[in-house]
Amino acid sequence: MELQIPYEVTARRDTGVNNAKLGIWLFLASEVMLFGGLFAAYVFLRMGADAWPGMMIPDTTEMALRADQVLSVPLATLNTMILIASSVTMVMSWASLKLNDFKKYKLYMGLTILLAFGFLIVKTFEYGSKFGHHLYPETNMFLAVYFVLTGLHAIHVTGGIIVNAYFWGPGAKMWTRGNERDKAHFTNRIEVAGLYWHFVDLVWIFLFPTIYLL
Amino acid sequence: MADNSHASAPEHAHGANGEVADGHHHAGFWRTYWFSTDHKVIGIQYGITALLFLLFGFGLMLLMRWQIASPGVEIPLLGALTPELYNQFGAMHGTIMVFMGIVPLAVGAFGNYVVPLQIGAPDMAFPRLNMASYHFFFWGGVVMLGSFLVPGGAAKAGWTSYPPLANIETMGQTFWLVGMVLLITSSLLGAINFLTTIIQLRADGMTFFRMPFFVWAQFITAFLLLLAFPPLEAAGILQLSDRLLDTSFFLPSGLVTADGVLDVAGGGSPLLWQHLFWFLAHPEVYVLILPAMGIVAEVLANNTRKPLWGYRLMVYSLIFLGFMSFIVWAHHMFITGMGTAISAFFQVTTMIISIPSVVILSALVITLYGGSIRFSVPMLFALGFLPMFAIGGLTGLPLGLAPTDIPLHDTYYVIGHFHYVVAPGTILAMFAGIYYWYPKVTGRQMNNTLGHIHFWGSILCMNGIFFPMLIQGMANVSRRLFDGGLAYSFSEPVLHYNSVMSVASFLLLAFQLPFIVNFFMSLKKGKKVEKDNHWDATTLEWSAAPTPPVGHGNFVTVPTVYHAPYEYNMPGSGKEFVAQNDALSAEPLPETVEA
Repeated sequence: MELQIPYEVTARRDTGVNNAKLGIWLFLASEVMLFGGLFAAYVFLRMGADAWPGMMIPDTTEMALRADQVLSVPLATLNTMILIASSVTMVMSWASLKLNDFKKYKLYMGLTILLAFGFLIVKTFEYGSKFGHHLYPETNMFLAVYFVLTGLHAIHVTGGIIVNAYFWGPGAKMWTRGNERDKAHFTNRIEVAGLYWHFVDLVWIFLFPTIYLL
Repeated sequence: MADNSHASAPEHAHGANGEVADGHHHAGFWRTYWFSTDHKVIGIQYGITALLFLLFGFGLMLLMRWQIASPGVEIPLLGALTPELYNQFGAMHGTIMVFMGIVPLAVGAFGNYVVPLQIGAPDMAFPRLNMASYHFFFWGGVVMLGSFLVPGGAAKAGWTSYPPLANIETMGQTFWLVGMVLLITSSLLGAINFLTTIIQLRADGMTFFRMPFFVWAQFITAFLLLLAFPPLEAAGILQLSDRLLDTSFFLPSGLVTADGVLDVAGGGSPLLWQHLFWFLAHPEVYVLILPAMGIVAEVLANNTRKPLWGYRLMVYSLIFLGFMSFIVWAHHMFITGMGTAISAFFQVTTMIISIPSVVILSALVITLYGGSIRFSVPMLFALGFLPMFAIGGLTGLPLGLAPTDIPLHDTYYVIGHFHYVVAPGTILAMFAGIYYWYPKVTGRQMNNTLGHIHFWGSILCMNGIFFPMLIQGMANVSRRLFDGGLAYSFSEPVLHYNSVMSVASFLLLAFQLPFIVNFFMSLKKGKKVEKDNHWDATTLEWSAAPTPPVGHGNFVTVPTVYHAPYEYNMPGSGKEFVAQNDALSAEPLPETVEA
């Protein structure tokens, strides 16, 4: 009953990739369009806005607080470093599999997941302090953009945690109980999960300056 | 060869004329028919679900047409239509037909079933994603239909869900958005799957320019779905947040509704939604039409017994059209006041994009020239597509130019135009596909007489519905009137068309009955096909795969491709047609030349 799909593990000669790798790149292309649409919306709304952090408040001589005064840049910087570190450990986990070192894989993948949780915890504190100051998504357009874009990114982080946790736990049976082909297949899966994880990291690299600093 | 592990096709012999050997002896009903990972089963799931949705959406339209022709007259069993209900039906008719009817039928059903067979693949590249794609679609549909039952009823802001109206709508609009997110997820998974399958799983010798035109059409369609849907998803997320988190992405400051000034932060832009929406929805138009063109190309080549005229030209046109479809969206927005410079840009791109469509249509017409045409039922539908799509396309030109669009905007003319493209255009092509591939799927033929009744009745009635719309539109009757224009004196000269259109639409329903009867009756009583290659076709699904299919795996031996897709009556071949995998009259493969 189980049907073998060609190029599940090995690369096709004329395209040079296996199916999953092509699939994840296509998925990331659509993700680029999703976040691209949201960034475009941000530009559109900001250009048309009467009031925005760092702009003169209409009919007054006062300037509104700058974005970096409304939001917490130190926490966001911390989160940036956490995510970059998690990208590094993600690569290390894949490289460990390439070197046939499953224990190291478990270690690095575990670290990746912990760092991702760390990111979410910092994010929770950040959101909490905003709510504490009565800053909500409905308060103004800037905060609406902030909460929705970083919120959607946090959902992507959560998705990454679920995928990585699966490969750290039950999904790893493919390696521990598998033959050489299964091991190669599992290594591909980690590479594909890694591509997604780097993309999530990259989105944050764009979000951080756009929302917190500009 | 690089990897031929898929040679292990099912081993059961395919019995005398289509006794389907069941490959899944231990798999239960649910696993075989509901949670199947076989692209053929999933294709059928998509097909049946989409046809049911089409029927439902058609039903909504019939109720509206009843109301338009005789405003306020009670409908049997349902009573008189309220304006709220009319608006729900209008919004949901569009949503259902586009996102839950045509696209799943054209891409989910035909694409899923036919593409792997035509390229010589054992299945889609990601069978489980394929299953997930269907289930997302199904539950998206359930949420959409379920929205009729929530307080306030289904979405009422039109299929385009323009804010600020959509923002302040009842709960049905939230359901609409959630349903859309599910449908978008489904089409995203499908698109990734199609692209990977077509790029990775082509059989040996199946180069890109040996792919049937239908596969090319699905390929470009998948790119459109992959890249155009996410911005609508972004817009949907923003609107959801407007509705659930009280943000005001689409709400301007100081908006006044029936309840006074809205208490929101404001500063948002309704225009932003239109940009994001049409960035999807214009490519979506090509998602609706490209698979239809693909089906028509298959049927025409097969029934004229000639190669497609200008196959490469058609493929290049497809690629160009796919690219251009991303930069024409604002021609839907000429009256939003976005400025003449931007209008001029989008007018130019819109005129440019009409060229590849005309090239493809012309190539299809030229293909007919000098052919010995078999007027089979699928061929009738394919032939019907040509003039209907031409009317649809030509009536679109005035809408693509701002000066003529301004008076025509939001009138029945617009409805007439795009229904000509989608209803007598795409839907006729879908029927062509059903009649063409029915013997493939079931091993039995559909009844010819019923097919003829279905075709002539449908094409006549469709014109009876949609042509008067063009006339009414030019008399400036608005497309959204609950009473069909009764309240406005200027619509009086064209008001009598309302009953013509309504009678035609009920007759159209009557003419679908022969199809429905034919579809089910032929399953049991249709004449069995006499050979695998029922239509004497050249493409792999007929020439290399058994008819009907033998369970999961598609090919008994994996085909190798030696020929272009449509070698009918080729000079020098000495044959009436040369199948793509015909090794005997083969040109050598490129690889062997190198060796």
